[in-house]
Amino acid sequence: DPQRTAFLLRKRWTLYSVTPLYGFSSARLRDYARMLSAFIAAEKQKGLAVEVGVELDIKVAVSSLPDLKGSDQDQAAILVQLSSRSPASLKNSEEKLVWSGWFCSVIGDALSQDVPHDFTCLPLFLVNGAESYTSIVGSWFQKTFDCCFRRLAISPLNLSWMAAMWTGCKVDKTASAMELVFSAPCLPQPLDISYAIHPEDAKALWDTVQKTPGEITQEEVDIFMDCLYSHFHRHFKIHLSATKLVKVSTAIASAHCDGIIKFLQSQYLTGVLMLLTELAISQIQ
Amino acid sequence: EKMERRQSSKTSKQPLQVRHENQTDLSAWRKGGKTDPEKSVRNRRSPSDQKNDSKQDSLEQALSYFEKVQDHVSLKKNDVLQKHLSTVERIALQRGLPPEAFDVLLNVALSGQLADTVNTRLVKSLIPASVIPENSVVSSVSWLCVSKCSANIQLLFLRWLITVFDFIDHKEQLHALYGFFFSFLQDEKMCPYVCHLLYLLTRKESVKPFRVRRLLDLQAKVGMQSYLQALLSLYKLFCPELVTITLPGKMKTYFKNSEGPWKAAMNTVRQRNQENSPLSQPLFLGTSQPQSRKRKWNTQLIIPASSTNKNNLEEDREKNCVDLYSTNESLPVEKLQTFSQLLQNIHCLEFPSQMGSVLTNPLLLHYMNCIKDESIYLRLYYWMGQTLQEECSWCVADNNRYEEEFKDFLDTVYKAECFLQEGFSACEEFLYKSLPLWDGSCCRSQILRLVSQIPLSNFSEMKSYLYDPLAQLFFTSSLYFKCSVLESLKELLQNWLNWHVVNLDSESDSQAHSLNTTLSGLVNVVAELIHFVGQISTVALRLENNSTLLLYFILDFYETVCDTYLRYNLPLLIMPPAGVFYPALLSMDSVSLNQLCYIMYRYRTNLVAAKENELTKKKILQFRFSSQTYQEYNQYTIAMVSCLWTSSAFQKDIHPQGLCMDDELLKKTAVQEFRTSFNIVYHPAMMGYAVLFLQQGWPDDTTFNFGLIKVRFLVKTGNFQQLCRRGRGLKGLKVFIESSINRISQAS
Repeated sequence: DPQRTAFLLRKRWTLYSVTPLYGFSSARLRDYARMLSAFIAAEKQKGLAVEVGVELDIKVAVSSLPDLKGSDQDQAAILVQLSSRSPASLKNSEEKLVWSGWFCSVIGDALSQDVPHDFTCLPLFLVNGAESYTSIVGSWFQKTFDCCFRRLAISPLNLSWMAAMWTGCKVDKTASAMELVFSAPCLPQPLDISYAIHPEDAKALWDTVQKTPGEITQEEVDIFMDCLYSHFHRHFKIHLSATKLVKVSTAIASAHCDGIIKFLQSQYLTGVLMLLTELAISQIQ
Repeated sequence: EKMERRQSSKTSKQPLQVRHENQTDLSAWRKGGKTDPEKSVRNRRSPSDQKNDSKQDSLEQALSYFEKVQDHVSLKKNDVLQKHLSTVERIALQRGLPPEAFDVLLNVALSGQLADTVNTRLVKSLIPASVIPENSVVSSVSWLCVSKCSANIQLLFLRWLITVFDFIDHKEQLHALYGFFFSFLQDEKMCPYVCHLLYLLTRKESVKPFRVRRLLDLQAKVGMQSYLQALLSLYKLFCPELVTITLPGKMKTYFKNSEGPWKAAMNTVRQRNQENSPLSQPLFLGTSQPQSRKRKWNTQLIIPASSTNKNNLEEDREKNCVDLYSTNESLPVEKLQTFSQLLQNIHCLEFPSQMGSVLTNPLLLHYMNCIKDESIYLRLYYWMGQTLQEECSWCVADNNRYEEEFKDFLDTVYKAECFLQEGFSACEEFLYKSLPLWDGSCCRSQILRLVSQIPLSNFSEMKSYLYDPLAQLFFTSSLYFKCSVLESLKELLQNWLNWHVVNLDSESDSQAHSLNTTLSGLVNVVAELIHFVGQISTVALRLENNSTLLLYFILDFYETVCDTYLRYNLPLLIMPPAGVFYPALLSMDSVSLNQLCYIMYRYRTNLVAAKENELTKKKILQFRFSSQTYQEYNQYTIAMVSCLWTSSAFQKDIHPQGLCMDDELLKKTAVQEFRTSFNIVYHPAMMGYAVLFLQQGWPDDTTFNFGLIKVRFLVKTGNFQQLCRRGRGLKGLKVFIESSINRISQAS
């Protein structure tokens, strides 16, 4: 149901990989919310104890997103939302969402198949909100489920894969331009080169490169990028192959090498997550 | 009254039956107080005993005085009271009070019968010689509840109770009084001490929602107080589902000034009694160690402080039934301080919430060794793998400023591996991933030590993952790096061989990793390592111009290789390559020559044993050494014997890379007597010994006529020992020659 995941679209999500959670139970999300909420309060007022289960400034909701998974082997995604309750609005229960993060796994068999039952594999963690909350929530998960978080950077190679894959996807509406951002290394001032291509042109190019529909090889991705590079060189005499690809934006999603992603199409959400899950798993293993 | 009567009858039955052998044997307080009156009576008596007895008697008198003392005797006017009081004080400070004394003295002090000055002095002198009976503490708590004594005495008593807590013989009844103590929290002055006492008494079952709420109310009233923080964090430790707290990192002491006047006296008494009386245990609240600087929240380098994985929310839900049958009580790891505690609680221990914290806790490492649980290893594997990758100083940009921290971390990992005698697989994978990127200098000693802990497995790709990157660094780095690599590979070999020996003994154990390691696979992996070292050693000796230091490390490696059959029960013997053997044989240094001789002697012993086993067919010979090994050994031995004492160098060596040279060619060198030039007299490594030998045997001869030393004669009569006598280290040469001569005489 695209409605239920619509809130994930058009937000900047910072990516993390997470090792399997030990002792996590999706039947206890309510308890986790209570404990996490007390933990946040205790962290904020270091030294003062906080009772678990009372109403606090920051309300925590932990819920499951059963739609977000690739196969039956995948665990349902877990969403954590922090909202602030100002004392004035306590009565009319007006809440403002200040931070959200979600754990998910889309076709994460490579990780989950060799892991015992007391572990829960949700290798991808996406965050939107203040770093201070990320740090508190992350620490709580680390302490409670003995897991490790690492920022998930996306290599230029993987970015070019995304560029090729997303170019081939069909989008109903008139799509926005495909944009590739390159960064020239070893310069005193940073120099970014933005390369925008009309989506239909890009699609036409990709269709000539891709041999078997539904299957992509590294060679095809290389050819696709080389074609774009040589086209650029013809006009600007700049070898883009000597620069670093830092960002890819298409109508499907946009991804930055620092590990930031923005989903734009709900129909391709799981597809993008599948690739990201794979990247997260390879960082864990 | 009932209790008192019982107590006094006990005292009359065992009237402080302590007889000291001499004055220093003060531990007899304990022996006498407990049991064994006959034994103490049997002891010899000496004048000093009598002195002790008189002390004894006076203490007895004092105690019986205090037992009967009536209301409000003034100290000033009463000489008897003064006398008994100072007796108690004197004996308490000298050797502590016996268990029986506490009931009497506490009763007096807390009943408020006497003046506060007396009570204070009494409480201050309550120094235990051995233990304090729980009963006496319980009855004094009942005095406390009726508040007959002054507030000062109450405080003093609490402080005393905290200090001597570990000396109380049982604590069950005290635990039952938890609620009473808790109610004293109301008293503003007593509150800090009551918190401390509750901290000592609290168990999981003491933590109740209503108590949490009371403490939080108190916190709202008094604010951030360290004693309250300590108690609340203990509550959190037991019941994280009820309360939580984050302790500020700076805090060092949580309970101030509770040691009072007793601590020093108790230490003195303990030292004099020389007993292992209980030490009060340090507080451990599970705060993280102070971070030197700000780092990312998901930094894993900081080894997490232990904190029990109390993730028992189900319990909370089914509270009633759990409370009824709460027998499966577990001990939080923070409370685990001693090995005996580990043994007593091994059935009810829980691992910390973050497995990484076991690394710095030897007790938990012990425990981990006993519990073969896949999840434990997997948790550690993930944590360590991520930490090593994330914090690696040379794989991640900008990490080099944290090199010192990373070194410390690698040291910690290595120590844990040594402790467990087992390499971590996360560490092994990290080495395979990062060695190709390593510059060979960053964290050098740490990395090489970790290499030596790589577990033995049937892993066939060791070559591309370990040997190739290591060889590249080896050839392009300094002599010292080469030596360190060789040493680390020697330790790796020894670890593998030891592992094999241990596994042979416990073959029936169905250990997960032993299953997929067959003997032939193991032999292949070990052989591959030995061949690798042979190859790099040959090249390195040429690169480094046959450096003696390098040769020492190479031969050191072969000292393990030559004994694999007998010492490690592995059917494998690999001779050193000619590129190692000949440089050692012709070395200028007696240490190398001696090492070589020892190695050859051990090869011989191993090969002979193998041959014998083969002949007697004691064992089913799944593996036999190839004839090539024997052949190589023989070739080397011929070369050695012809060089060292048959004086036929360059003649008999049949090894393809050996020292065989054409006579015509040798004549062109214009060296006279080249055949003898490597015997044990003329060998450059032995020259110094030959000179000494000459000086001893022919003190007048100054021409250094080495011809006077007859090598064959020396060898046959065993007089070569004289030659070697000065060189204390030449044992290898000695055993080699002896074993070779035995063979010759046996053959003839």
